[in-house]
Amino acid sequence: MGVSEVQSALAEEGYVAGGRLSMALHLANTLGRPLLLEGPAGVGKTEVAKAMAAIHDTKLIRLQCYEGLDASHAIYEWNYQRQLLAIRASEAQGGTSEAALFSEDYLLKRPLLEAIRQDQPPVLLIDEIDRADEEFEAYLLEILSDFQITIPEMGTITAASRPMVILTANGTRELSDALRRRCLYAYVDYPDRETELAILRARMPAVEGLLARQIVGVVQALRREELEKSPGIAEMLDWAAALSGLGVNDIAQSPEAVQSTLVCLLKTAADYDAAPREVMDRLIGKVA
Amino acid sequence: MQITRFPSRAEGLADRMAGFMAHLRMNGLSVGVRETGDALAALSEVEACDILEAREALSVLLTGDADSWRKFDELFDAYWFNAGKQRQGVANSTHVKVQSARPLMWQEHFEDASAGQEDSAGEDALTPDTGDGEAEGQDGRLMATKTDNLTRRDLRELMDEDSLREAEAAATRLARAMRDRRSRRSKQALRGRELDMRRIQRASLARGGEPLELHRKARPPRPLQIVALCDVSGSMTVYSRVFLAFLKGLVNSDTRTDAYLFHTRLMRVTDAMRDHDTLRAAGRLSLMAEGFGGGTDIAGSLETFLNSYGAKALNGRTVVIILSDGYCTSDATVLGDQLARLKKRSRRVVWLNPLKGWQDYAPVAAAIRAAEPHLDAHLPANTLQALAALEQEFAKL
Repeated sequence: MGVSEVQSALAEEGYVAGGRLSMALHLANTLGRPLLLEGPAGVGKTEVAKAMAAIHDTKLIRLQCYEGLDASHAIYEWNYQRQLLAIRASEAQGGTSEAALFSEDYLLKRPLLEAIRQDQPPVLLIDEIDRADEEFEAYLLEILSDFQITIPEMGTITAASRPMVILTANGTRELSDALRRRCLYAYVDYPDRETELAILRARMPAVEGLLARQIVGVVQALRREELEKSPGIAEMLDWAAALSGLGVNDIAQSPEAVQSTLVCLLKTAADYDAAPREVMDRLIGKVA
Repeated sequence: MQITRFPSRAEGLADRMAGFMAHLRMNGLSVGVRETGDALAALSEVEACDILEAREALSVLLTGDADSWRKFDELFDAYWFNAGKQRQGVANSTHVKVQSARPLMWQEHFEDASAGQEDSAGEDALTPDTGDGEAEGQDGRLMATKTDNLTRRDLRELMDEDSLREAEAAATRLARAMRDRRSRRSKQALRGRELDMRRIQRASLARGGEPLELHRKARPPRPLQIVALCDVSGSMTVYSRVFLAFLKGLVNSDTRTDAYLFHTRLMRVTDAMRDHDTLRAAGRLSLMAEGFGGGTDIAGSLETFLNSYGAKALNGRTVVIILSDGYCTSDATVLGDQLARLKKRSRRVVWLNPLKGWQDYAPVAAAIRAAEPHLDAHLPANTLQALAALEQEFAKL
């Protein structure tokens, strides 16, 4: 599968990818390397993984990172309750062996272990890796290089198939050089006007041409304003859904609907103050 | 566009790729032998003769962060299409390595400089900086006979190596004093000192009341981070050597300090400052500090900073230090607005002003007057003593 095939396959899944991103995904596939995606919130980093899983018709396994994430939540954990129950239950029949207690029946597989145990290579999405602690990052490096996990009670489990790994980050913390070097890298930025229109068309074919152009124009203009949280693609799609749900055909004609649906675009009080009615009217006037 | 002529003894793609890697390394990307092999492997997976495709593939493979991602195209063109050579006007060399030895990073800053300056700046990069820090037309060693009152002298006159070192040491002390903060709360930690009884009890519920897992907690360090923005415009040239040394001290004291230089635009210099090759670092920095020296646009630079680096560099534990004399061309009200934005997103904003230590100094410049309401402190920084005294001032913040 070449780069252009990846791009068109993504387009079929309703994901409009730029040239570089498609190249990154293509190389991640062929070289078998993890792919690190960076960029502002809401530009579709997570969606890429979903689309990739859909293309390859395989499972998407997601590990959402957070501060304090540890091995027992990311890799595996023993099911103590079941083990205790098994001991109690078997006491009547003369006891159970230790090997039986530490068998796969009592192993709770967390995303990383689950990902390397699949028969068909899944897409493993490690979301917001920069939220996890540095210790976890080191642990992850080990797994990403060997694709094997050692469980002291059972031995080493090697990957049945190599998952396609996609990591996302949006700059909460500097990632280590070691991790960056091991990964392919792509920076996903806000799309330009044409690309965003294509995204809107792919996701919501029902939105008509005029309205779509207006929506994209206003959102693009809003990103140039000084906002604390610039609206991402997800916000744009929400707004489009809200407007079309209200039966709006031309936003210049219905400023009330625009004002009441701004909740989809602006997410902080300061941004509301930064984009009062006059500003919105000016932006709409420009695109209409 | 001229295509690079490679030496006839260059053995095909692998050799050229090695030259490209050296070129990238010179420009601050961390690529090694392994990446060279990977790059060749990646090229075999795509249409290597298609320039666009090859460039995309290599950028995906070789960049590691947003900065290098943005400048990769330029670097690629500079190496494979001789763009760097042509712009800098250097005689064609037949050796691949020579081409890569020239830092291309700053060429955008030279574009608006005159041709003469361009040449001298280029030479600067190659001649090792001796580090004795003499500014043009001033003989720093003259001061050596007056060592006793040296510390009270205005920094304009301090250009010798010792005082530079002292400025750096003052900065290191300052940064260390600020870094040493511990949180009062305790947090779960793998190798903590205390046992986390609450967590142990909660976990033991699932194990029939047996405390199988011992959770621990510790008080995490919550260091203050420093972001330093240093003015290197014309009016500040006389101070820039000492302030650069000060900046270097701040950056080298820990890994979280961020340093930026600005005049009419802003650039991040943390990596250049942290360069372990001191000669190269000095070369890079003096290039940036001296290659220009025109007007100042503080408000514009602050805006650039807030828009492109702010999200990453600022948080509730950041102290922003601005080193500037406050003479700028930008609109004072805009400066006020930008500082208000900055203030909102950081813990403290401190302005170090070399003019403030002067007798009868009054903040009359419009920019400073607009800025003052948004500052937590506006401190003098015209003598080494003043720099050293900052430590106490910062302890209060």
